[in-house]
Amino acid sequence: MIRAENFLTVSSPPFAKAPSGILGLDGVMRGGFPAGRPTLVCGGPGCGKTILAMEFLVRGAQEFDEPGLFLSFEENPAELLDNFRSFGFDVEGLVRKKKLKISHVEIPRGEILESGVFSLDALIVRLAHGIAEIGAKRIALDTIDSVFSALSNTEALRNEIARLFHWLRDKGVTSVITGERGKEELTRDGLQEYVSDCVVLLDHRVTEQTSKRRLRVVKYRGSAHAADEFPFLIGATGFSVLPITAAGLDYGVYSERLSTGVKDIDDMLGGQGYFKGTTVLVTGMSGTGKSSLAANFAQAACQRGERCLYFSFEESTAQIARNMKSVSVDLDPWLNRGLLKVLASRPTFQGLEGHLVSIASEAEAFGPSCVLLDPITNFIAVGNLHEIKSMLTRILDFLKRRGITLMMTALTTGSGMSEETELHVSSIVDTWIALDTTRAGRTHSRSIRVVKSRGMRHSHDSREMIMSDSGITVCPLETEQPNGHKQVR
Amino acid sequence: MDINRSDKPWVLHLYVVGMTLAAKRALFNITAICEERLAGAYSLDVIDLIENPALAEGHQIFAVPTLVRQLPHPLRKVIGDLSEPEKVLAALDLHAHALV
Repeated sequence: MIRAENFLTVSSPPFAKAPSGILGLDGVMRGGFPAGRPTLVCGGPGCGKTILAMEFLVRGAQEFDEPGLFLSFEENPAELLDNFRSFGFDVEGLVRKKKLKISHVEIPRGEILESGVFSLDALIVRLAHGIAEIGAKRIALDTIDSVFSALSNTEALRNEIARLFHWLRDKGVTSVITGERGKEELTRDGLQEYVSDCVVLLDHRVTEQTSKRRLRVVKYRGSAHAADEFPFLIGATGFSVLPITAAGLDYGVYSERLSTGVKDIDDMLGGQGYFKGTTVLVTGMSGTGKSSLAANFAQAACQRGERCLYFSFEESTAQIARNMKSVSVDLDPWLNRGLLKVLASRPTFQGLEGHLVSIASEAEAFGPSCVLLDPITNFIAVGNLHEIKSMLTRILDFLKRRGITLMMTALTTGSGMSEETELHVSSIVDTWIALDTTRAGRTHSRSIRVVKSRGMRHSHDSREMIMSDSGITVCPLETEQPNGHKQVR
Repeated sequence: MDINRSDKPWVLHLYVVGMTLAAKRALFNITAICEERLAGAYSLDVIDLIENPALAEGHQIFAVPTLVRQLPHPLRKVIGDLSEPEKVLAALDLHAHALV
């Protein structure tokens, strides 16, 4: 299971927080929801309110030993159980173990008539009973505004809801109250007036057939929180929030160096290779040897006994392993020993944010020292350049924070050196290696150049890269090609 | 407590949380209506959820006072202190019942 604490540096909160355990969210909320206080989660239909509320309770029960009471005003327990089984949440098991209680507040439309003064004390009785029954520390009310559809005396209802929230606060339970998004206000029924501690807004937009979910902490009384809109995903494991700017630039800096896997290329990089925890970009046209460099780097990591996670967006695991044997890189032993993990998928398999979550969660689970993305240019199929750069920045942040070295390959089009990579990602990487092919008479030869490599002395000249069945070697261009220049005129 | 035990054609339950002012008013109001229209033909039980908290879930009560017409079918619920007799009569389908 993915834990979120390390997603961001969480500064010590001024008051107690109830961590959600949801990937990314506790970082955005600087530790979690306000413990013992109510939080309003609002959003339109299908935005994920119910899932967030339920996941908060499930993880609370599973990971933090805080039993939860889910008071559902909409779906009945059977429907809820069905829905959450698909996320791999063992809701039924938790219910059996009395770590979770789902209670349905049925609000039949039309059947209820009202006459005169009423109170919601019956709901309070139900909450108190549920809290006592399982020792609930966390409560979800989903969605309480349903009562507005049943009762016409809105004024009385508002007072009662305010009283209910006061009661929850007095009880010291951490509660998540969901509310329907209003047209102009945060909530349709003005619930935000009564829950002043913390308000989280969820948004779901569909643009160009891709669905985009955003989360924003609108307010958080007494606590710092990240104010931006964060993309979030509802994936196979539930909710994940993806911070971008909250991460900042306070990474650890490593002086440790990692071999590129090719001695001659290490020599071009001050003799020692890349810095640990940095980002390496390898660009070049088709057939220039990008994947070979990636495979050498992966092999070197495995030879050191480290783990390497290879995301292939072009070739299958078998294809990669076969092709690399031609440049004397045998990946099979590392695959068999579990040091190398290749995840091959089509970029179009999921949206950019889906890829981001896959990469982050796989990296979190596998614990690699190196991550390879080969090639990132294939993401163009699922996003525009700005979005891709934004996603890569987030991956880079995520990995840097963990001291994981990232190597990305990018396919360049057109001939000649293209220092301007199509993705404009060169500014966010630490080391940029450009590969190219030059024609020398009837033969094409490969060239390699270190365009930049922060923090080290590196070569600046183009050198010839020779890929043979004995591996990759590099030698100076000048000594290799005097005749070639003449032939080309 | 077997709350369905009754030989009367009309079975009414009044759910309250403590005998608050609204609860007392609701009891007073419904008793007056029943005596007026259903004398001898009804049973009325007050169910205090403080004593039976599980019934709030079991009987799907979320606001109080709630008057439930258990019999005759179908089930009807009226929320509030029942201070508007016309509404209560309509809700319970008691208009047809002549004054006794």
